[in-house]
Amino acid sequence: MKNDKKAEIYIHVPFCARKCAYCDFVSFVTDDATKKAYFDALKKEITGTAESIGKIPVDSCFFGGGTPSLVDESFIVSTLDTIRDCFQLDKDAEITMEMNPDSVNDNKLRTYFDAGINRVSLGLQSTEDDELKLLSRIHDYDTFLRAYDRVRTTGFKNVNIDLMSGLPGQDKDKFLKTLKRVIDLKPQHISAYSLIIEENTPFYEKYKDGHGLPTEETDREIYHETYDTLAKAGFDRYEISNYAIPGYECRHNTGYWTRKNYLGFGIAAASLYENVRMSHRAGLKDYINCDFSLEKEALTKKDQMEEFMFLGLRLTKGVSKKDFYDEFNESMDSVYGEVLSKLTEEKLIVNGERVYLTELGLDLANYAMSRFLL
Amino acid sequence: MNQDHIRNFCIIAHIDHGKSTLADRIIEMTGLLTAREMQEQVLDNMDLERERGITIKAQTVRTVYKAKNGEEYIFNLIDTPGHVDFNYEVSRALAACDGAILVVDAAQGIEAQTLANVYLALDHDLDVFPVINKIDLPSADPEKVINEIEDVIGIEAQDAPKISAKNGLNVDQVLEAIVEKVPAPAGDPNAPLQALIFDSLYDSYKGVIAFVRIKNGTVKKGVPIKMMATGATAEVVEVGYFGAGQFIPCDELSAGMVGYITASIKNVRDTAVGDTITNAEHPCDEPLPGYKKVQSMVYCGVYPADGAKYPDLRDALEKLQLNDASLFYEPETSVALGFGFRCGFLGLLHLEIIQERLEREYNLDLVTTAPSVIYRVHKTNGEVIDLTNPTNLPDPSTIDYMEEPIVNAEIMVTKEYVGSIMELCQQRRGRYVSMEYMEETRALIKYELPLNEIIYDFFDALKSRSRGYASFDYELKGYERSELVKLDILINREEVDALSFIVHKDSAYERGRRMCEKLKDEIPRHLFEIPIQAAVGGKVIARETVKAMRKDVLAKCYGGDISRKKKLLEKQKEGKKRMRQIGNVEIPQSAFMSVLKLDEE
Repeated sequence: MKNDKKAEIYIHVPFCARKCAYCDFVSFVTDDATKKAYFDALKKEITGTAESIGKIPVDSCFFGGGTPSLVDESFIVSTLDTIRDCFQLDKDAEITMEMNPDSVNDNKLRTYFDAGINRVSLGLQSTEDDELKLLSRIHDYDTFLRAYDRVRTTGFKNVNIDLMSGLPGQDKDKFLKTLKRVIDLKPQHISAYSLIIEENTPFYEKYKDGHGLPTEETDREIYHETYDTLAKAGFDRYEISNYAIPGYECRHNTGYWTRKNYLGFGIAAASLYENVRMSHRAGLKDYINCDFSLEKEALTKKDQMEEFMFLGLRLTKGVSKKDFYDEFNESMDSVYGEVLSKLTEEKLIVNGERVYLTELGLDLANYAMSRFLL
Repeated sequence: MNQDHIRNFCIIAHIDHGKSTLADRIIEMTGLLTAREMQEQVLDNMDLERERGITIKAQTVRTVYKAKNGEEYIFNLIDTPGHVDFNYEVSRALAACDGAILVVDAAQGIEAQTLANVYLALDHDLDVFPVINKIDLPSADPEKVINEIEDVIGIEAQDAPKISAKNGLNVDQVLEAIVEKVPAPAGDPNAPLQALIFDSLYDSYKGVIAFVRIKNGTVKKGVPIKMMATGATAEVVEVGYFGAGQFIPCDELSAGMVGYITASIKNVRDTAVGDTITNAEHPCDEPLPGYKKVQSMVYCGVYPADGAKYPDLRDALEKLQLNDASLFYEPETSVALGFGFRCGFLGLLHLEIIQERLEREYNLDLVTTAPSVIYRVHKTNGEVIDLTNPTNLPDPSTIDYMEEPIVNAEIMVTKEYVGSIMELCQQRRGRYVSMEYMEETRALIKYELPLNEIIYDFFDALKSRSRGYASFDYELKGYERSELVKLDILINREEVDALSFIVHKDSAYERGRRMCEKLKDEIPRHLFEIPIQAAVGGKVIARETVKAMRKDVLAKCYGGDISRKKKLLEKQKEGKKRMRQIGNVEIPQSAFMSVLKLDEE
C-alpha cells in the first residue's frame, strides 16, 4: 500500500561552479555564506517536516543538484545527521550523492563514505573532451578518470556514471567510443540519456530548430546500439534511460516510478506524500529566510490511475494488473481495456498480467503514455 | 420642411482617408447631437469595423444645419460601405443621394478605390465635390492632390475645402458647400409611392427596419406596402428618420426624404437592397431602376472545429443572416470535416468579416475550406451547372467544357513597383489591358484576371510586392471558357474532399506541389509513413512523404518533473482532440487552413 508511513528523501543542492549550457535545473553560482545559510534552512525544513508527519522510516536518500559535491562536506554530513535524528533511516538505506568529477578529493570522499553515503553518481556525460567543452562541463576526461579512481579507492561499491547521447555533431561511433570506455571502468549503473533541448538554456537559443543535432534516426540508432552494447556487458535496461548490473538498480529512482512516498527538501524540490503532490514555491532568497511553503495538489483517483500507468511504464518491467487492482479496486482492463488493445495492435506494448512497453514503445513512450490520460 | 431645404448626400473615400472622421465632425457641428453624446466615431459602431477602419454596414444620419444665410437645412448623410465586395450596396446607397463629397487624403492622393467609387457616383448622376483632408500632416501636398483630381477625375477642385477632419479645421466650409453644391431632391409627394431600399437592419422588437429614400409619393403608419421585386407585402407600423445612433419616429415620409419604415417584417430577405417599396393599393407603374439580386461571388465550406458545435454554428449563421441578406449558406457534409455549411459571400473581405464575426461574436472555432468561385460547367448533354463546391464536379467524361469568372482589375501603384505587380498579374494568368501614368510617379494598371486567381492570396501578394502601396479594385467582367481541372489531395492514399479544388491546368502542378509541401509540415508524424499526393484525374502529379515517427520520449525525467511530464502528455492528448481523422491518419485543423495561404515565391 502507498499510504503506509514510509518515505524516500531527496535533498536538492542548488549550487554549481558554473552552469552547463544544456541544463535547466535550478542551480546557482554563489558564495560560501549563501551556501551555509541554505543548509541552515534545510535543517529547519527537515526538522519542521518531521515534527508534523512524525519520525517515519526512510529507506533511501538522494543528494541531487546542482553539484552536491561542490559544497563543504560538513554541510552534507550535518544534513545526514539531521535526517538520522528526525527520521528512522534504515541501516541498509540507499544513500546516493551526485558528484562532479572536478569537485571531489580524497578527503571529501572519505568523509562522505564515513557518513554512510553508499552510492555515488558521477556526471561524466562524455569521454570526448571536445564534447565536454561543447556542453561547457567544467572537467575533462582525464580529471574524471582520476576522480573515478579515487571513488573506487575510497571503497564505494555502487557507482553510477551519467552519459549523454544525441550531442551536436555526434554520430553513433563517437558515442559508442564513450560507452565502451565507460563499460571498461566497470560501474554498477549507467544512465544514458539523450540530450533534451530545454527552454531558457544557451542550448535552446542555439539548437531550438534542431540544426546541428543528430537526426531522430541517428538518435534512435544510438539508443538501440546502447542497449545492445550494454546488454552484452551484463547491464539490464530497467528504465527508459537507465541500465544496471542486476541488483544495482537505483532504488530511489525506481520509487518515483512506483509512486512511493518521497519528501523533497530544498528549493524546487517536489514531494509525493499520501497521494498529495507538493512542490516548493520559494526562490533561493526566500528559502534561506525559511519560506518552506508548498504548492499542493491532492491527487484524485483518476490522477492516481493515470500516474500509475504513465510512471510505471517508464520501467521496462512495466506495471502489474494485480497491483493496479489492489490499489484501486478496479481492474486495469475495465479502465483501460480499449487503450491496451489499441496500443497492443500498434505494437507499442505487451499486454499480459504485466503491461510493458515494447522496444518500439520505449522509443515512442510519450505517444503511448498520453493514451492513459483519462 | 420643403424639398429645397433637404440635402441627401454621401461621402466617398478610400479606406483611411478620413470618411468616418469627417462624418463625425459634420454630425458634431450640426444639430441633434451634442459633443458629449458623440461616441468617438458615431457611424462605425461595430467593433470589427473600428478595428479594420472600414464601414461594413451602411448607416445613415439626419442632422439639422443652420446655414450662413440664416436658414435651416436637413442633411441626410448616407453612409456607404467602402469596399469593392459591397459594390452593389454602394451603388444603391448612391442612388439614394443627390450629391457626394469626395474625400481625398492630402498626403496619399487618389487611390484605385477612390476612382472606382467616384465613377460609380458619376454614373448615378451625382454632383461630386472634392474635399482635401489631413492637410495638417507634414507630408500633405494639397496642391498636388488638387491637380491630380482635376487631371484624373476631371472635376473642378481649385476651390475644394482644405480641411483637417481630425481637428475640425475648415469643416464649416464643407457644410456650406453641401448647401451650395448638393442639389435639392426632386419628386412628387402626391404621386404613387416609390421608395428605394438602400439598406435594412433586423431588430428583435421592430422586425426589419428598411432604410429608404422616398423618390415619389408619401408613406405613413397604416399604409399597406408591397416590395416590388420580392413581392412581400405588409402594413406600415412606423416611419421615422435617423438620429445619430437612434431611430426617431415621425408622422410621414414624403418625396425627397430619407428615413426608415417598419412593418413587422420578419426577414431581411423580404426587403432586398435596391428593391422598390410602393403602396399596395395604389402601386406605381414601374419599380425604380437598378435592382439586382445579390449574388455570392465566393464560396467556401465552413465547419465547426468541434463537431458538437454544429447547432451553434447554424444558429450563428442564422442570426448573422438576419442582418446580412448577402450572406448565403446551406448545409453540406464533408467526409473529412463532418457536418458544416457551404457559405456564399460577396467577396473575400466579406468572407473574412463573416468568419471573424463567427469566431469573435459567437465564440466558434472554425475550419474553412479553400474559397472557390462559381464555375460554369457545360455538360455534353447540354446541361449547365453552376459549381460552388469542387467536390461536386461531375465525371470529367460528361463535361464538354468549363467556364470561369473573369474580373476587370485596376491596380494603382507607384512607379518602382510596376514591374513586380505586372509580373504578379502575369503569374496569375492576367491579361494586360492598359497602363497609364496618373502623374509622374504613379500608374494605373488594368488587367483582366480570373477571379479564382485573386481569391487565394492575391491581396497579400500585392501588398508584399508593393510594400503596402498598391491599391486594388475589381468588378466582374463575365465568364470565359477555360482549361480547368480538379486537383485532389490524397493523404495516405485517401482522397480528402475538403482539400480538393478547381485550378487552371497550367497551375495545377505548381499548386499541387506547394500544397503537398505545406501539408507535409502540418501533418505530424505517425507510427507509419504517410504519402501526401496531389492528383488530377487520378494521376498523381506531386508527392511528399511524412516519415514515420521514430522518437517521442522524454529521455530524462526526475521525481520533481512529474507534474511537468503530465502537462506534456496532456498537451499531446489535447492536440489529438483537435485532429481530424482521415482513414487512419490524424490531420490537425490547422492543416486545412494552412493551404489557404500558400506562400508567395
